[in-house]
Amino acid sequence: MPKKFNALLDAMDTFLRTPATITDQGSHIRDSVDMKRIMITVMIALSPALLFGWWNVGYQHFLAIGGETVLWPCLWYGFLKWLPLVIVTYVSGLAVEVLFAQIRKEEVAEGFFVTGFIIPMIMPPDVPLWIVAVATAFAVLFGKEVFGGTGYNFLNPALLARAFVFFAYPSVISGDKVWVSGGADAVTGATPLALVMNGRPEAMPSTWEMFVGTIPGCIGETCKIAILLGAAILIFTQVADWRIMFSVFTGGYVTAVICRITGLCSMAGYDQILMGGFLFGAVFMATDPVTAAHTQTGKYIYGLLIGVLAILIRTLNKGYPEGMMLAILLMNIFAPLIDYCVVQAHIRKRQKQIIQQNQSK
Amino acid sequence: MKKYLGPLSKDNPILVQTLGVCSALAVTAQLKPAVVMALSVTVVCAFSNLIISLIRNTIPPRIRIIVQLLIVSFWVVLVDLLLQAYFYEISKLLSVFVGLIITNCIIMGRLEAFALSHKPWPSFMDGVMNGVGYGLVLVVVAFFRELLGSGTLWNHQVIPKALYQIGYLNNGLMILPPMALILVGVMIWIRGSRVDR
Repeated sequence: MPKKFNALLDAMDTFLRTPATITDQGSHIRDSVDMKRIMITVMIALSPALLFGWWNVGYQHFLAIGGETVLWPCLWYGFLKWLPLVIVTYVSGLAVEVLFAQIRKEEVAEGFFVTGFIIPMIMPPDVPLWIVAVATAFAVLFGKEVFGGTGYNFLNPALLARAFVFFAYPSVISGDKVWVSGGADAVTGATPLALVMNGRPEAMPSTWEMFVGTIPGCIGETCKIAILLGAAILIFTQVADWRIMFSVFTGGYVTAVICRITGLCSMAGYDQILMGGFLFGAVFMATDPVTAAHTQTGKYIYGLLIGVLAILIRTLNKGYPEGMMLAILLMNIFAPLIDYCVVQAHIRKRQKQIIQQNQSK
Repeated sequence: MKKYLGPLSKDNPILVQTLGVCSALAVTAQLKPAVVMALSVTVVCAFSNLIISLIRNTIPPRIRIIVQLLIVSFWVVLVDLLLQAYFYEISKLLSVFVGLIITNCIIMGRLEAFALSHKPWPSFMDGVMNGVGYGLVLVVVAFFRELLGSGTLWNHQVIPKALYQIGYLNNGLMILPPMALILVGVMIWIRGSRVDR
């Protein structure tokens, strides 16, 4: 192969084999947890939600057409729906990544592996493949590469892809026709969130159904048990920060309770938390170490505001039932500002201490 | 002639000086209003430049901004009335943005930076060229926004019906202003990577 495709070659080489190149200067003791290891951990944490997602896509489909809902056909149906999505996502996203790595003469970073894994999970099962390809390319190009590639993005690329689909092609990702795969037109498979927002709360599934996840929705977001399992893995391996998850829940729950007390919304606080992509966003999206706030205090502020905003957007703006996506993207933008303020406040505090110490001497 | 060509690329008011971006985002959802807007700005810019240049030695420096505003407003009102009289539909489409040409930084900038210190003919040409430089960006942005956002060009269907039948959809984001900002950003990016190296 000519040297031209160096980026691609190198990516395949380091992905499939352990390269023999070693450092030739002074050695540094480093943790063996590198970016690849972290990405794999996130993928493992995502897999329970994905497995359930496969089954649920099939379950909702057979339920809608009135067939039998047997375990293996359901799982297989969902898998076949998911497979083209994930292939298209990776091909489109990696094409942009490799192109930019080639132009910059850098190695292809591993950052896209998790992004490409998440994007199919936050799409409706029947979304057209070309739209996924366009959205992924857009998100990788404008969310990441123009700012310098993996680690320099200030927006979560997976969420950006979803936001792109949401604003550019609203008909494939909103309304009540898109959430059940292959359903006949007569079948409305509205998500619980849309039902409540459109003033039909009596059609809402029970809290238990939303917790288990046997409801229409995006592929990966419905099963709250699987997401909590993923959260446990992420917190145990310290890949994601519990502070962010904790404060997102707190902010969201308190806002939901306030909304109920003031009569803005008729739902219980815990129902709000269980609905839509709130949990998935809190666990897998808000905790993205690149786009979240980096200071400890900043993480609490960042998470709290995501929770508050997500519920507020949901309850106050009927046009945007999925407030979590917009809340996280908005706070992604503010994360550097939060960090700056936290660091400056800390500096001022220390300066005051020094002045006081000097005066008392 | 060559010395007036700067605003087309090297000194482009939008891509290099990043002036007049707000109107570039607001009126570029379709090609037709974008072209009309570009022409309006060109006319206003050129003739305001010309008149300021003619009376540049009699303007007291301390009230020059007021004088400039008066003259720009005169031309803007003239253009606005002309549009309302002959192109009512487009005038409705452009709504307040014709009136807002008064506050367009490109025009005030050219008056301050060029017309106040140059002779009438170069000032006139400078105004025309800055208007054209502004218009070029508008037309390119509007071309992509109308093509991808509505499937039309100059209100004629360009993307074939057959494509819609196999599942093609118009990109709703293209009609929203954020996409115009991204497109302008891409143009700045391409221009910068070609010229500045």
